[in-house]
Amino acid sequence: MSLQAAASVHELTFSQAINEALHLEMRRDPAIVIMGEDIAGGAGLAHLGFVDSWGGSLRCTKGLITEFGPQRVLDTPIAEMGFVGAAVGAAMSGLRPIVEIMFVDLIGCCYDQIINQAAKMHYMMGGQIKLPLVIRTAYGTRGDGKRTYGGGAGAQHSQTLYSVLAHIPGLKVVVPSTAYNAKGLTISAIRDDGPVVVLEHKFLGLAAKGLVPEEAYCVPIGRAEVVRRGREVTLCAIGRMTHVCLEAAESLAREGTEAEVIDVLTLSPLDEATILESVARTRRLIVVDEDTPVASMARDIAARVAEKAFDDLDAPVRTVTAPDTPVPFAAVLEAQYVPKPAHVVSVVHELLGTGA
Amino acid sequence: MSANLGSLRKQFDGSIEPTPAKPARNLLLWMYDRMTLIREFEERLKWLVETGVPVGAVHYYTGQEACAVGVCAALEPNDWIASTHRGHGHCIAKGVEVHRMMAELYGKSTGTNHGKGGSMHITDVSVGMLGVNPIVGMGTTHAVGAALSAKVRQTSQVAVAFFGEGATSFGAVHEAMNLAAIWKLPVVFVCENNRYAQSTPVEYAVAVSKIADRAAAYNMPGVTVDGQDVIAVWEAATLAVQRARSGGGPSLIECETYRYYGHHQGDDTRRYRTKEEEAAARGKDCIQRFRERFLRDGSLALEELASIDKKNKEKLDEAIVFAENSPLPEPEELYSDVFIPEPQ
Repeated sequence: MSLQAAASVHELTFSQAINEALHLEMRRDPAIVIMGEDIAGGAGLAHLGFVDSWGGSLRCTKGLITEFGPQRVLDTPIAEMGFVGAAVGAAMSGLRPIVEIMFVDLIGCCYDQIINQAAKMHYMMGGQIKLPLVIRTAYGTRGDGKRTYGGGAGAQHSQTLYSVLAHIPGLKVVVPSTAYNAKGLTISAIRDDGPVVVLEHKFLGLAAKGLVPEEAYCVPIGRAEVVRRGREVTLCAIGRMTHVCLEAAESLAREGTEAEVIDVLTLSPLDEATILESVARTRRLIVVDEDTPVASMARDIAARVAEKAFDDLDAPVRTVTAPDTPVPFAAVLEAQYVPKPAHVVSVVHELLGTGA
Repeated sequence: MSANLGSLRKQFDGSIEPTPAKPARNLLLWMYDRMTLIREFEERLKWLVETGVPVGAVHYYTGQEACAVGVCAALEPNDWIASTHRGHGHCIAKGVEVHRMMAELYGKSTGTNHGKGGSMHITDVSVGMLGVNPIVGMGTTHAVGAALSAKVRQTSQVAVAFFGEGATSFGAVHEAMNLAAIWKLPVVFVCENNRYAQSTPVEYAVAVSKIADRAAAYNMPGVTVDGQDVIAVWEAATLAVQRARSGGGPSLIECETYRYYGHHQGDDTRRYRTKEEEAAARGKDCIQRFRERFLRDGSLALEELASIDKKNKEKLDEAIVFAENSPLPEPEELYSDVFIPEPQ
């Protein structure tokens, strides 16, 4: 469903688009349940007038409990290992659960349920079960880089921990970047018969606004998208970094350099073909990732291109990532931590031997 | 009716339907059949291991048969169970076919999991067996999920979570119990207290003297029964299942039991258990006690038990031949069923 083909469109934030996806799908299929910490808020306090008082950390689940009731919209205690496990069991036995893990930093509390249970069930059980499970989780720094004092959420609530999920065979991992693809990928994840993790950037939740078809539509899992055409260098971006790369490409265009931007969208299974095809044309690749660099998606993509398209390259593959440090608290340090368009531009200059 | 059934019933729920004093004759025969089939399966497996047949890592259930059989005797075919790393007994009690289990241990394509799971992952959802699970304690959360599924889909299914006493120190088990309690889910938590988590004794690792006492923290009934007495297990399970099915929520049953062999194949129990303790435990053998009790009171006849013994030995003969003659997985099986569905 392209925007042009849609009967009617409206402007939504990234969070509102996910919210709409959840509403539409839960209306369509009564087997869908959703659970997580404070996804409704005020559970058990309806007699005091507290219903739907929270709606999840990014407000993506606002309004679900009033439409679908507490049977299908379950506020959970602080028990990631328990409720993600319950979702795994429910997915094996006839439901299509969606769980919200408030922040991806908390996957440490339920990592086994994701990597040993959900991801491997289908394979190690010889294909006899389906596991229609969606894990939605917020990632990234909240900062917009404009604050000069105070800080963000610090080292345990700001990470971009997707490479440790993409590493696991059997787990699909998607990272939307716009309101449009957030809605479409969420719907694809819900309709998928296997476990899918959807990573939602905290900053994009409110900041990314865009036109979205009002009806339900799928953005396919496993496909990257070329979001800007260019012939001199490919900028391969994940999640929020897509916007950073588009900004960099805009600034490069003013200098007369044409950068192509690919929005990876799915980390696993990775759409190598789109990346390789682009590199074959531009002959240069920079992977831009908000995650730390060691054993990361950025280096995985770089390695795959080096292995499969060495002869297409006119220059070494480069990466622009967060530094190999925890996420700092102070706003000035956090701003320094996250890759910026200027970093990308300067690496493009190095590759092309242009600029200062 | 056992002496403690009255107090059991009081603990579970005053309003529960009366339980029959004793299982019907066909249920008694079924219990004997399952307990001896499990025993025969494990004894043959042990023989295979000791003669060098590569069946992978296995954890023998021998000695604990009354736990799985007593509980599954109280279940309907479409109820769910989630198992532990020591899961062969649960599988057989729930109705997984032994020839497919054996083929799985041989890593053959005819196995329950097409040779891609092995002993620690045997699963057969067609009989409500949600999986042997070697990440200790995690199966409890899956049973809670299956119970949630039953509640949301408004079926009358019940889910049983089997786990050992070792798992009761693990966070997931407590999270599972709390979720089941606050959501009033149809779950029966069955703790098989075989006294040792590998080599670590329960007295060392568990802060309470009765695992059943932990139920109080989740506001659910908790009872301790003789896990070497299949009837005692069945009675408690029947009450707990009735409570779950009628919307009363979860219960915890602690079965005091004993594993005759080591934690896994090749584990020398003499590093942590005495000869005397082992002999005393074998003196309370569940199959032996069952035979004595129901032969003595005339419920069952020697010939019918002998014919079950014979049939189960033949079943295992056939299972081993089936496993040996079955084809190995094709090389491309390595790559199949990674994603659902496979990427286009």
